[in-house]
Amino acid sequence: MDPTPALIIRDLAKGFPAPAGGRSEVLRIPSLRLRAGEQVALRGESGLGKTTLMHIIAGILVPDAGEVAVGGTVLTGLSEAARDRFRAERLGYVFQTFNLLQGLTALENVALGLAFGRGARPRAALEALDRVGLAGRAHYLPRQLSTGQQQRVAVARALANRPCLILADEPTGNLDAARGRKVIALLRDSAAELGSALLVASHDPEVLDGFGQVLDLAALNQVQAREEEA
Amino acid sequence: MLFLLIRRGLRQHLVSTAVAVLLVALGMGLVVSVWVVRAEAEQSFTRSASGFDAVLGARGSKLQLVLNALFHQEASPGNITAEDYQQIKGLPVVDRAIPIVVGDNFRGVRLVGVSDDFFQDLEYAPGHSYAVEPGGRPFQVGQKEAVVGSLAAHQLGWTPGASFHPFHGLDYNPSAQHSESFTVVGILAPTGTPADRVIWVPLEGVQRLGGHDPAAFTDLSAVLIKFKPGAEAAGFMLDTRYNRQGKRLTLAWPVASILGDLFAKFDWFADALRALAYMVAVVAGASVFSSVYSSMSARKRDLAILRALGAHRGFLIAAVLGESASIGLMGCALGFGLYALIASVVQELLRTRIGVLLEPWAWNPVLAWGPVLMLALSVAAGVLPAWRAYRLSVAEGLSPLS
Repeated sequence: MDPTPALIIRDLAKGFPAPAGGRSEVLRIPSLRLRAGEQVALRGESGLGKTTLMHIIAGILVPDAGEVAVGGTVLTGLSEAARDRFRAERLGYVFQTFNLLQGLTALENVALGLAFGRGARPRAALEALDRVGLAGRAHYLPRQLSTGQQQRVAVARALANRPCLILADEPTGNLDAARGRKVIALLRDSAAELGSALLVASHDPEVLDGFGQVLDLAALNQVQAREEEA
Repeated sequence: MLFLLIRRGLRQHLVSTAVAVLLVALGMGLVVSVWVVRAEAEQSFTRSASGFDAVLGARGSKLQLVLNALFHQEASPGNITAEDYQQIKGLPVVDRAIPIVVGDNFRGVRLVGVSDDFFQDLEYAPGHSYAVEPGGRPFQVGQKEAVVGSLAAHQLGWTPGASFHPFHGLDYNPSAQHSESFTVVGILAPTGTPADRVIWVPLEGVQRLGGHDPAAFTDLSAVLIKFKPGAEAAGFMLDTRYNRQGKRLTLAWPVASILGDLFAKFDWFADALRALAYMVAVVAGASVFSSVYSSMSARKRDLAILRALGAHRGFLIAAVLGESASIGLMGCALGFGLYALIASVVQELLRTRIGVLLEPWAWNPVLAWGPVLMLALSVAAGVLPAWRAYRLSVAEGLSPLS
């Protein structure tokens, strides 16, 4: 029997209020599925709705229609508070701009990722930092770290709760090529080690080339496909 | 984690936080000072009536009589005769009648002539009698001797054995020095009343000084009166006799009520100070709002990150309100320090200039509602920023979108 899939999307639709009135549809994805532990890249240029899709999968945004299930939990059926808790306990999120809190040390930033869930071990934050090779910089503030180190702290924060699914939204967007490669390698190795599924959204060919499975958002998203046909 | 975020948030905006804390402290210090000093000053003056129920003096203002005879301020409204003293002393309702004479000073410190029974079991407060400190003794009637109030002794640097030539009049005039010399034979143990600020000498020590009118050698400035226990209502009877039926004398009774009238005259000033304190409190609230609002706006992204990491909206409200409450708490703590400073200055001024002992830490409801008010104002100032944090769109907060 197959283990529970890391991600299932069915008949997803999302739009936003248009400036001229009415709604402007952004996403229409009939189906998307990630197996447990699977590592997939999502190709898409800027403005195609990658971040919107990531936010919906993370439960930050609510779709207009359709269903999203992560690790067997149907997020679209949960209240906002329950989605918040689920995100804290079962998901890891790596942002393009690192999104570290500048007033907190590296260790505190990682601990922040554990603070809103239940059952986190006290040493989990330090272990996550150790996993990305920054245990020695635990008490550094973000501004005292290089950009590559900052993104590694962000990766540690996403790993600390041992998530079933890690979402990485343009994780190398603010890094040079060499650092970008290291961060992707770190993400992939750590996800494999933890048994977490990994979905990396990027438009960088160098990032995409390393993945065995690359999904094209332009093809996946029927809104985009329709616009291209038109 | 919440406390860590609040602490770091305050530290990240140290300057605006510090300004807001200082303004809350100022508001708190002023509110508490205005209320406590006004209330406590009146009570202290009443306590400092030196244990007397009434004052008999020449026809004139009751307030002037009380200020002159009990607080050693202002001039005497005039003299009364020894017969007036004997008459009131003989009344069955009168427990103690202490005659006093004023009219001389030593370098601005008043000499008060008083009968020697002043030192005989006369209580200035329940259970506390006037007494001379060890190493000294009360003056002897008929001698040029003095017992000096503790504050006056400290001010003049006198100890028993010192001698001095008094000056004529209540105000110090270097060219009006008497030739007679007095010797200090004792220091009055501190009483916390205006008695500490004067030099006590025998009645005739003042009455018969050179230059004084021989025809008025037995005249008195006032008589301090203490009614027998349970006979306080006798004041009504004496009030009628001296103030309504008589035309030559004034009975200042009850002393507390007369002092209350004095403070009522300054109520407009207290009201103005209260209005000022309220205004500062409101400005402090606005400052907290400005600090928390700008802090929240500057950290919109941080708040969005917190939400993205799983923080519930309520957590953001708690974080923002926690900041404003922390500013309020720190301000209140500092405000108590400011109040202590203001109160100690007022206390010292009253003690040294009037001899009234202020008790700034005696219980007053404003000591509770003052900090509660400032804390409530601070928290209220955080409500709108907290509401904005609550409504924050995570997706917008995390922009730019990729």
